Amino acid sequence: MTALLEVEDLRVAYGKIEAVKGISFKVDAGEVVTLIGTNGAGKTTTLRTLSGLLKPVGGQIKFGGKSLKKVPAHQIVSMGLAHSPEGRHIFPRMTIEDNLRLGAFLRSDRAGIEKDIQRAYDLFPILGERRKQAAGTLSGGEQQMLAMGRALMSQPKLLMLDEPSMGLSPIMMQKIMQTIAELKSQGTTILLVEQNAQAALSLADHGHVMEVGSIVLSGSGRELLHDESVRKAYLGED
Amino acid sequence: MTTQTTAPKTSGGVAGDGSTGLIGIPAHLGRALATGGGLLTVVSTFLAWTWTAEFPGDLTVYGYPGGLQVLVLIAGALTTLLGLASYGVRGLGWLVPAGADAALKFAALSAFATTWYTVIAISAQLGGLVNLEPGAYVAAAATLVAFLGALALPFERPEPDPFDPDDTGWEQFKHTSGNNWQTVKAAFASGTPRTLRPLPSYVEILIIVAVLAVALLVFTYGIGTEYDELFVGFLITAGLGFAALNKAGLIAQATQITSRHTNITVCGAFIAAACFPFTQTDDQYATLGVYILIFATVALGLNIVVGLAGLLDLGYVAFLGVGAYAASMVSGSPSSPFDLHLPFWAAVLVGAAASLVFGVLIGAPTLRLRGDYLAIVTLGFGEIFRITANNLDGTSGPDVTNGSNGISSIPDLNVLGFDLGVQHDIGGFTIGRFANYFFLMLIITAVVVLVFRRSGDSRIGRAWVAIREDETAALAMGINGFRVKLIAFAVGATLAGLAGTVQAHVTYTVTPEQYLFAGTTPPNSAFLLAAVVLGGMGTIAGPLIGASLLFLIPNKLQFLGDYQLFAFGLALVLLMRFRPEGLIANRRNKLEFHEEAEAPTTLSKTGA
Repeated sequence: MTALLEVEDLRVAYGKIEAVKGISFKVDAGEVVTLIGTNGAGKTTTLRTLSGLLKPVGGQIKFGGKSLKKVPAHQIVSMGLAHSPEGRHIFPRMTIEDNLRLGAFLRSDRAGIEKDIQRAYDLFPILGERRKQAAGTLSGGEQQMLAMGRALMSQPKLLMLDEPSMGLSPIMMQKIMQTIAELKSQGTTILLVEQNAQAALSLADHGHVMEVGSIVLSGSGRELLHDESVRKAYLGED
Repeated sequence: MTTQTTAPKTSGGVAGDGSTGLIGIPAHLGRALATGGGLLTVVSTFLAWTWTAEFPGDLTVYGYPGGLQVLVLIAGALTTLLGLASYGVRGLGWLVPAGADAALKFAALSAFATTWYTVIAISAQLGGLVNLEPGAYVAAAATLVAFLGALALPFERPEPDPFDPDDTGWEQFKHTSGNNWQTVKAAFASGTPRTLRPLPSYVEILIIVAVLAVALLVFTYGIGTEYDELFVGFLITAGLGFAALNKAGLIAQATQITSRHTNITVCGAFIAAACFPFTQTDDQYATLGVYILIFATVALGLNIVVGLAGLLDLGYVAFLGVGAYAASMVSGSPSSPFDLHLPFWAAVLVGAAASLVFGVLIGAPTLRLRGDYLAIVTLGFGEIFRITANNLDGTSGPDVTNGSNGISSIPDLNVLGFDLGVQHDIGGFTIGRFANYFFLMLIITAVVVLVFRRSGDSRIGRAWVAIREDETAALAMGINGFRVKLIAFAVGATLAGLAGTVQAHVTYTVTPEQYLFAGTTPPNSAFLLAAVVLGGMGTIAGPLIGASLLFLIPNKLQFLGDYQLFAFGLALVLLMRFRPEGLIANRRNKLEFHEEAEAPTTLSKTGA
């Protein structure tokens, strides 16, 4: 069986500066895979390229066996690849419900959309309580929940989360991580980009450590969590 | 000034008891003065204000108010009513659902400003105070007393921001004036209106009818003002009177009711607009009506592009021009290169289709740009259209548009055997040429309103708003940004073209100079954009009201003359400072511009 997502020798550049220097990894259906690394390692660039917001300079991206190279961003979503972008990017002046509906923009099955909105409210009860409120009035953590709920509305085969814990309080972060674990147990395939290596690795089936545009270390989540160099570099141990 | 604050030095009772008036007259006396002054104002309008009929409006008659006196009478009556309501007189409570005091202040200010404007205008125009009759002195005194009395009404004083002891003199001055401004603002602030319990729907519909009738009356009065002074007085009275009703909470309640019956309100508004020509005895003001409608309709079309999709288009008037040119060429005009005379419905289709094609042709390359770049490129295309139309005259290029002479002698329309060029008598009313076109244009406006409402509420409308709010996120939702923007551009262009087809026939002539970027007469691209921004982006009523004001004010105030654009710029700057969301606020824009209003935070400004 081929993997759901296969990335091979992917190169992305901003002008002359190469931000991603030929990385390869794959994500199987039902897995949680994480990319960890410091600022500027190229994690976000990788995700933005996968969802078509940036164009690669070289390499291959195959999603469900098809190349994504020439596919524009809005069609990538319809193929089942959803992206919850870094910094959340919710629509602050729309209501929470309108935000969720926009997540289902490409779907036309009304009953299914209503059901999925309800599902998002079940997953994040706070959103259900405030469904008519402008999304900009939510706290950072709640906005992150909304961004995730919105990405799920497109019924993705693969959900890409870019730093969902960024700027959140420890309690809120724990809550987000619990939700990701819940999504995983429901069978959602997730590609997770995180700076919080501890949290990400304890969830992930596979992890890849990125440094300045390259993958320097790969392994199962458990292996990496106990790896000497990872512990030193990312978990703050001497 | 975020930290290091000390308690206010003046720890006296001023901030503590928090309910004195702006000036030191006892509150009960102030209330009596305001109410009595209002009543006296009403009486004074029945007196003569000046001895000669040289001042327009004939203010010399005892027992019958005329001209500006009518406006003062209305403002005085409003003051009296609000004053009585503030005493809690039975049967007047419905007037002031949000409290009477702030409304009373505005009403008194309205009477005061209109009266004093009149008195000063009389003295200035006729050369001296000697030209005033006792009535004018009575009116001036009565309104002054009423206004001072109203200012003495108590209000909730805001807690002044404490001083920073390290402030320099200038900073302290700024601080003090800031506090004073806050106090003045509080003096004119009112509470939130109590929510209206649902009335039986026939009552609510009757209220809507009444509101629309008043609106029609106000509009008809404004459009029919015959001299500068009356129009200025009208603006003062109407503006401040509206503010008074707004503070009283009546406007909020009317909005509540109309939003419960949107369809009825929209239909009613069109019926009210259709009544306008019947209120006129000749065609003079129907002319203004048609031009306002053309301007307003095009502004509404632009509102789809700017207000909904957030694309700043500075060359929008070109689409109006394309529609007008296309319609004029198939109108049978002798200066058209085509010897064609299509019926109206076909001409409309040709005009709209030409604009649609032009919109897509311009949009396809330019919509890949964002923000300011798009604005500059559309500005360029707008000018390219005008210059091209100028050059296609047979000497600089092929003869298509007849150059700067334009296409002239466009025949009047004949719709289903109804000749719009001649007078008709309908039920005793004489409906002239411009009134005919007014009705036709009203239908076009209805189409544009319909398109705006339906598309705004639809899937594509949500996509437009999403693109405007956050293009990156919208793309991540699977919205095809380019296509969605192109649709907005094309729809906007088509609607403008639709209006252009009627415009060509109304004006008889289509020349390139009618479609400038900026000029002194609307519609031009700058005025169209201003109408949208002034009225309120993303709303239907906003551009209609904005366009009416922008058309009427330069048209009525001839004395502005060369300073017209200056005054216009000044007004825009002031509006952007004090009401950036426009006269009619869209719910979403309100959130953007007044975040603190919608999202009360538990943290104070100092972070304590």
